[in-house]
Amino acid sequence: MAQKLDTAAEKKLKSESLWTISFRRLRKSRTAVLGIIIIILFTLIALFAPYIAPYDPLEQNFIKSFRAPSAEHYLGTDEFGRDIFSRIIYGARISLQIGFIAVFISLIVGVSVGLAAGYYGGWLDMLVMRVMDLMLSFPYILLALVIMSILGPGIYNAMIAIGIVYVPQYARIVRSSVLSVKKKEYVLAAQALGANDFRIILKHVFLNSMAPVIIQTTLSIGRAIINAAGLSFLGLGAQPPTPEWGAMLSNGQNFLRNAPWIATFPGIAIALLVLGFNLVGDGFRDAFDPRLHK
Amino acid sequence: MFSYILRRILILIPLLLAISIVVFFMIHLIPGDPVQIMLGNKGTEEDVARIRAELGFDEPLHIQYFSFLSNLVRGDLGRSIRNRNPVIYEIKNSFPATIELTILSMFFACIIGITAGIVSAIKQYSIIDNLTMVGALLGISMPVFWIGMMLMLIFGSELGWLPISGRISRLADLKVITNFYIIDSIISQNWTALQSTIAHLILPALTLATIPVAMIARMTRSTTLEVLNQDYIRTARAKGLPEKMVILKHVLKNALIPVVTIIGLQFGSFLGGAVLTETVFARAGVGRLLINGILGRDFPVIQGAVIVIASFFVLINLFVDILYSYLDPRIHYS
Repeated sequence: MAQKLDTAAEKKLKSESLWTISFRRLRKSRTAVLGIIIIILFTLIALFAPYIAPYDPLEQNFIKSFRAPSAEHYLGTDEFGRDIFSRIIYGARISLQIGFIAVFISLIVGVSVGLAAGYYGGWLDMLVMRVMDLMLSFPYILLALVIMSILGPGIYNAMIAIGIVYVPQYARIVRSSVLSVKKKEYVLAAQALGANDFRIILKHVFLNSMAPVIIQTTLSIGRAIINAAGLSFLGLGAQPPTPEWGAMLSNGQNFLRNAPWIATFPGIAIALLVLGFNLVGDGFRDAFDPRLHK
Repeated sequence: MFSYILRRILILIPLLLAISIVVFFMIHLIPGDPVQIMLGNKGTEEDVARIRAELGFDEPLHIQYFSFLSNLVRGDLGRSIRNRNPVIYEIKNSFPATIELTILSMFFACIIGITAGIVSAIKQYSIIDNLTMVGALLGISMPVFWIGMMLMLIFGSELGWLPISGRISRLADLKVITNFYIIDSIISQNWTALQSTIAHLILPALTLATIPVAMIARMTRSTTLEVLNQDYIRTARAKGLPEKMVILKHVLKNALIPVVTIIGLQFGSFLGGAVLTETVFARAGVGRLLINGILGRDFPVIQGAVIVIASFFVLINLFVDILYSYLDPRIHYS
């Protein structure tokens, strides 16, 4: 009987890993769930844009220029008579793409660099981390602008620029978690068993540094979206007539007094989507925080 | 303490050198011929040869870098390709505008952020607390330039309370001395100009302050909550100290230490945000200079603006670190 109870307790213990507890906490957090709903909603909008948008986002119709929001054009029209609602819907595609691709770039580069620097140490670590320090000694937007001025304007260059800017954060996070686990018994055991470096780094070291990387990724996607919109606003990212939210805002500023809707709605779209990522990011942070686990 | 400061200042030298290397190599990393790109399709062969010689492109790379560096140390940043003005002159004209904006904005951010953070910590889970935290979350989710436009729309166009673009009204007739318009108008005792300068600063400064306000409020709230649970606060209350004194003398002082770091870290976002804010409000600051440089592919201007902003950022970080070690005697730097 006693033995039976023990195995039951063991089973319970086994299934309650940090991950299980964390995801349960995340599901329980109302704000995080709201964030997830927002992100799913925008993803669906982006995927089904041609079915949702009532008009072609690029179609010009000068007779209908500067129409205020109405039943015909939910969010009004711009100076070329283009439907703003449709443009915002198509804009979701661009912003989500930028967010994911830029963060994917920084994730791949930052994580590899951080893993290598932390695991091998020595001169490689020294060199890599000094380069990261140098990158961090520039304010984010300034660094992105430096890269943009080398690459030239354009939406793909904006993705690359923003991707590079976030590399140091990942590199630092991953390196420090590598340093904290690399002398742990299970890593030493794997080394003693003759596992190769690649396998050890991937299976034992990287998986243990996942939590901060996930938090960082959700928060970075939101920031990447805002920064890309900023670059487009400055005329360096998406070029007209692309229905990109930042570019739409930049154009809308010219008509702020007479047609404020042109600049108002794209901004709300950016804020909502970024809010979604921030809510989920905060949720992850609380969920993974071992101090909050009871 | 002194040796710590000295060491931090010594670290600055390689960092500033590294920044100068990055900025120098920027121009050489451009795919294609930088001179052709800078001139667009307008340049004649003569122009190309002249700018090539001016930028020293005919020399070997290391000699180019050393002459770049020695010019830099002497304050010579070359001439703008577009308007032929010395870059240092352009920076002298625009940098004060950015400093005025950042300082006022930081002032707003500290006042609003710290007050909001403390109030929501004291009244934890109240309506004020919830509103502040929702506001802070919205603050970091909204694009700065959009907030600027909305403020312009409400307080500029609709209500007509504040001016929405430029640094000063043309009617103010200010005699420019230092290019810091606030200082200039005080020196020349031109109170109309002072009033106009400040009025022109309010909306951009508030815009630029949104993200830092959100960050500072969140940080202040969490550190204040932590301090409120400490034994010495319970002791202070137990000995009958009025609540106001407890907050002002014991809570505030301890809660603000980590906030100083956040403020320092936010300085980068102030400088970065200044680029966007100056564009929205058409302020002729160094951020605007940089963007015009990038759009016009005017590399000497880009290099100059980047060096100035990055060096300033590094210096501010140093200052914050030193301030931090001074504020928190528990931290010992060996």
